[in-house]
Parts: sequence; structure tokens; C-alpha cells
Amino acid sequence: MNQLDSKFGEFGGMYVPELLIPALDQLEAAFIEAQDDPEFQKQFYELLTDYAGRPTPLTKTRNLVSNPKATLYLKREDLLHGGAHKTNQVLGQALLTKRMGKTEVIAETGAGQHGVATALACSLLGLKARIYMGAKDVERQAPNVFRMRLMGAEVIPVNSGSGTLKDAVNEAMRDWSATYNDAHYLLGTAAGPHPFPTIVREFHRMIGEETKKQILEKEGKLPDAVVACVGGGSNAIGIFADFIDDKDVRLVGVEPGGKGIHTHHHGAAISTGSKGILHGTYSYIMQNQDGQIEESYSVSAGLDYPAVGPQHAHLHATGRAEYVAIDDDEALNAFQILAQKEGIIPALESSHALAHALNMADEAEEETLIVVNLSGRGDKDLAHVHSIIGERVDSASNKENS
Amino acid sequence: MDRYNSLFTGLREKSEGAFVPFVTIGDPDKQTSIDIISTLVEAGADALELGIPFSDPIADGPTIQKASIRALDNNITPADCFEIIAAVRAKYADVPIGLLLYSNLVLANGIEHFYASAAEAGVDSILIADVPVRESGRFVKIARNHGIKQILIAPPNASEATLQALSESSEGYTYLLGRAGVTGAETKAEMPASELVARLSELNVAPPLLGFGISKPEQVREAIEAGAAGAISGSATVNIIERNLEDKAAMLTELATFVANMKAATK
Repeated sequence: MNQLDSKFGEFGGMYVPELLIPALDQLEAAFIEAQDDPEFQKQFYELLTDYAGRPTPLTKTRNLVSNPKATLYLKREDLLHGGAHKTNQVLGQALLTKRMGKTEVIAETGAGQHGVATALACSLLGLKARIYMGAKDVERQAPNVFRMRLMGAEVIPVNSGSGTLKDAVNEAMRDWSATYNDAHYLLGTAAGPHPFPTIVREFHRMIGEETKKQILEKEGKLPDAVVACVGGGSNAIGIFADFIDDKDVRLVGVEPGGKGIHTHHHGAAISTGSKGILHGTYSYIMQNQDGQIEESYSVSAGLDYPAVGPQHAHLHATGRAEYVAIDDDEALNAFQILAQKEGIIPALESSHALAHALNMADEAEEETLIVVNLSGRGDKDLAHVHSIIGERVDSASNKENS
Repeated sequence: MDRYNSLFTGLREKSEGAFVPFVTIGDPDKQTSIDIISTLVEAGADALELGIPFSDPIADGPTIQKASIRALDNNITPADCFEIIAAVRAKYADVPIGLLLYSNLVLANGIEHFYASAAEAGVDSILIADVPVRESGRFVKIARNHGIKQILIAPPNASEATLQALSESSEGYTYLLGRAGVTGAETKAEMPASELVARLSELNVAPPLLGFGISKPEQVREAIEAGAAGAISGSATVNIIERNLEDKAAMLTELATFVANMKAATK
């Protein structure tokens, strides 16, 4: 039996081979003890502040929003060490790994952000990291692959299946089935079997807690809406968690609409998917009529995942949070607008959240205060975006100069 | 009719163990698959363990994953698999047929519907690779309503609580894991700790069949000597299919020889 609730309403659970149950139970026990241990909390807090750079700022945008009724703030997880929110929970899980007496870490990565975060934490804390990454993603995210290797991690390209995040997760789970005595599977998002969705949420919870404190200091009130992108859903659950009980705050999750949710090329599991089990958890997934998992697609590798964390499924089913889709073009547009107007280059993942928030701001008819979780920075996406829109940008700036 | 019970009773009387080969249904195509499965029975398989191909088989190693991909590439659906099973059942009335698959295939059109289809096709047992004892309650209940045995896994690292829970729902046979990891013939099974087998027998669970990493007759013999009721061999069987994709006659001959040798080791 589990000590913590393994389900969120009907969603969640532990749909894994029996072999992995002892390792998951061990992890749950270690997590519960660590949460009650002031020494662990102190270590985690010190890493977050002195190493990773928390708290991150909450930046009021100056030029981005033209509608005077709307105010838009950015929670600057892009400024966190490692370049994205991922560092938070990785430090937490790396400390748990040591607490369990394990010396190795297995991780999967899509965009490479979780892989980079895992590599840096393992380098810092003396753990041996091996990171599974879809072969297609290895290609799309070459700079992050190099970053991981620089920090001493082994990056293992996965060729099976679609060669993206879901296949990397499959491979990581297979590895863990054989190595759980010495290795911790450092899952990178708020999905997967219990206790991962709960652990990942709690280790990202400070994003929302800081945001709440900061917005109260600056505006004297809670935001009307908190907007975050959702692939597996870790940054979103991190910023949502502390606002779930504040019923007047709209929680908006933005899924990757890819080439459009009417096509087969997207990753919007909640907006278009149906209920099912993938990677150990019952949630919304993208599947065909027989239950075979479909391949997702997004311009952003970090959102390219055909399922979503079970708590998001529950927040959707209960109506507490709303989920929308933003397609590639809208996200690419927001990516450029933020660079042009505010001098910030966001991750393509975060650009999805920003694009939707900009729509909300444009449409606001009364005073509206919006916070976007700017979950990561866009350095890793520069080559990819340049290959898509580079020519347009280059020729526009040449004209300005002449 | 309880085919597992009849099988194990009959084998006990003869002081034999069971040899159970596994193949993926529909690999590489529908007709070849029926011929493969028939060959396994004719060559002496005591029972069959058959997989429905799934896109994301997290408990399987490369050999069985490739078999799934071959079948899926030929557009094999769960409905096709039930047709193949029904064809096998029509030929062999007594051989126990077990299904091994992943939970999302069971859920996709409703659990009830899935078990009803399985029962109609002549399936005796269902093992869901990603449903541990802890999550098995609703599956066990529906299985019973359809006269199907829900097979549960006893891993080498099981806690006492898991073994207790297993004993409460155990029917048909118990899938005893020979080692950690995923399916595959490359990493050999370790013989089960005699304590685990003894504990399972104390708990009166359904007869344990040892699986994962069984590829040689001597391993079958050792498994039975260690107290298992028999052995399951998946990747080694599927390897023979993979090696002979271009020559069906050679494939069936080699499969028959393999099964006969493995079966001989149970006596």
C-alpha cells in the first residue's frame, strides 16, 4: 500500500511492471522522510538559492502588451541556472538519490533541458548520469547534447519507435528495471507512475509560491490568470500548485498544437486525446482506436509528448484548470515578439504559453493581470528557429540597416 | 473448463514440468503466425503464451519489441489477434492459451469488452505486463466474471505484502521472474531463490512458471529442479522467427526442434 495518495481522482496510479514497485515504494518512503527532515530541506534550499539562483524574478513586461487594460508578468525561470525550471526538481531528486544510497542516475530527455539539468546536478553531487534521448531529438538539440556531455553525463540516443521523448522514456524504464538497486530513475516531468507526479510537483512548488509573494508585493492582489505550457506538465504544475485553492485565479495550461489540432501532427493530449495508460500513469493520451500510442509532434521538442501528467488530467476533468492549444506558428511568432519587444529570447516551449497569454491580453475587456511562466530560455532553440524563420529575420534587419 | 488445472494435474502425475513458448501474435503476418503457433503445439508445447503487439512495450527487450514492430507494420490489430487465437483454439481444444500484453490495449475499448472478446476467442489467462498486483483488483474481478485467469507476476524482489496480495488473487499459474530487467535471451535467468519458491508454495499460489532469460534446455531442467512447475521462453523463440523471416519452412523446422528439445528437458 502507498503512504501517499497515488491517484488524482481517477487519474494516476502505478501501472508499471511488478519489478519496479519496490523501487517506487522506496522512493516514496525517502521522499516522505525528506520532506519532514529539516536538514534535507536546508540542503535543498541552499542549492536552490546559492547554486541555482532562486528566487527568480517576476518581470513586468514593458512593451509587449498594447491593450492598456492588460498587465502581463513573466516568471523568469529562464534565468535559473541550467536555463529552465527543470533544475529545481532535479536538485531535489538528486538529493533523494544520495539519501537512498544510490550512486547512478538514469534520465530521459526531450528538448534536452531535463538532461542538462540532470547532468549538472549529477556533476555537482557526484552521481553518475546516463541520459536517454530520442535520436531525432539528439539531432534537433545538438547544443544541449554537448552541454550534457561536457558535464560528464553519458547521452544514449534511442532509435526505436519515433526517436523522441516517449521512446527515451521507454528505454529509461527498461534500464531501471535492471538497475534499480544502484540507480535512481530521475523522471523529468510531472507524469509517470506514482510517486513521480507528486514529487515533481512538490519540488517545483516554489515557482508558484514565489510568484504569489512577488505579485502580491508588486500589485497587491493575486493574478487573474496564471498561464503555463504543458508537455508532461512540470512547469505548469509547479506554478499552479500554490494557486489551486485560490479559486478566482484562472489556471491555463497551453498544449502544443503543432501543425493544428485538426491534423495528426500535434501534442495536445488533453485537448484532443482520450483516457488511457502510458508510462505508468492513467491520464489523457494520444492513441488510436486500438490503444496503440500515436506519435506526437511539436516544433518544440520539450512539448513533444503524447501524454500529460495525471494531475493535469484531473484539473481538466474537474474544471479547475483550462487547457488550450497553440500551434507552431503562433509559438514561433511569440518567440520573436518577446525578443523584439522585451529583449528576452524564450524557449519554444514557453513561447506557447506566451502566445496564448498575448491573445488573452489582446482580448481583455476589463483590468486583467496575467502571469506567464517563462519556463526556459531560448538559446537551445536558436539554430532550429533560425532554420525556420532565419531568412525572414535577416532580410528584415538588412533593410533597416540600408 | 480449467485447462491450466488439467495441465498441471496431468504433468504432476507424469512427474513432468511444463514448457511454455511465447510468441507475438501476428508476427510477422497473420497466416505465418497461425502456422508458427500450430508448430509450437505440435512440437510439444504444454501451453502457449501469446503477446498482442503494442507500440510502447516497456517490459520488453529488443527482440520482442522488434516482433511487435513487425506485426504492427503489417497492421495487425487486437481484433486480428483474437481471430488468430480463435483459429488456434479451433485446432487445439485443450492447450491452455495465455495472453500477455499491456494495459492500454485492455482499456482502449473498455476492460469488459476486452475480456469478453478474449473469452470468446478461447483465451484461458491474461497477464498485463504493466499491471502490478497493487493495481490488479478491477482486472481480476472482470477476469473472473469471464472465466479468465488473471496471471500475476512474482519478481525476485517482491515484498512480503506483495506476495500476500498475490496469493489472494492467484489463479492459473504464477509468472515467476528469473531476474530483474526486461525480456531477452541475452541476459540469462538466475535460478529462483529457493526461499521465494518455498514461500510461494507456503502461500499456496498457482503453480509458478519461470520466465525471463530462458533459452536453453538445461535452464528448463534447473528451473524445475528449483521447484518451478515449468518454464516460459519468449525471446529465444522469437529469435528463431527473426532469424528465418526469409525462409518459412526453415523457421517452422527450427521452432519445432527448439520446442522438442526444451520440452524434453521437462521430463
